[in-house]
Amino acid sequence: MAPQPTPAVRVQAEDFDLGREQALLTRGRRDIGALVSFLGLCRDEDGALEALELEHYPGMAEAEIRRVADEALERWPLQGLTVIHRFGRIQPGEQIVLVLAAARHRADAFAAAAFLMDFLKTRAPFWKKERRADGASGDWVSAKSEDEAAADRWR
Amino acid sequence: MKALYFAWVRERIGLAEEEIAPPREVVTVRELIEWLSARDEGYAAAFANPATIRAALDKTHAGPDAPIGAAREIAFFPPMTGG
Repeated sequence: MAPQPTPAVRVQAEDFDLGREQALLTRGRRDIGALVSFLGLCRDEDGALEALELEHYPGMAEAEIRRVADEALERWPLQGLTVIHRFGRIQPGEQIVLVLAAARHRADAFAAAAFLMDFLKTRAPFWKKERRADGASGDWVSAKSEDEAAADRWR
Repeated sequence: MKALYFAWVRERIGLAEEEIAPPREVVTVRELIEWLSARDEGYAAAFANPATIRAALDKTHAGPDAPIGAAREIAFFPPMTGG
């Protein structure tokens, strides 16, 4: 067995570049057969959202993502893993989260990326507050039971 | 120990963090929530529905029955909505 790769985990206010992150993960590699990327974007469904304010728990956010990433590495033979999650003010259309999973074969890369997102949603300490376009103070986004169910299917 | 509050827990309590010194009989996360709830209306409102409160001891998720032990930091927050 090849040694397990070290996941690249970043929690940051700044935006990120998907192409650059893919290049970093695959640079100089000849053994990767599949790279799955998931990009989560800030979504405005009814034209009423000005922005999301993403609050996070510094230190724990990184630690928890790293724990989930380590669990993914235990479950699937991966060649590389990158997780980036932003915090702060994010407007509709902007990027929030990136997961890159690289493996020899696509099934492992797909499964690991889905697993990471399901667990990030329920375990990584981030909270979204809506800022409304009409200036009214928005609400905290509430957690969805579908997200819990999505995470439970991996148990 | 240091207590941290996030999202609407922080807003209802009106503080992001504070030093707390719970008495010796407060052993578990649940008992600490009960002890804090008795402080004033803000704390009572924040912890009114314990099913919606999550906790972490030294930056690791902890259930209501987890002993606080020698943790230096405890955090309280709503269910997470990242991703």
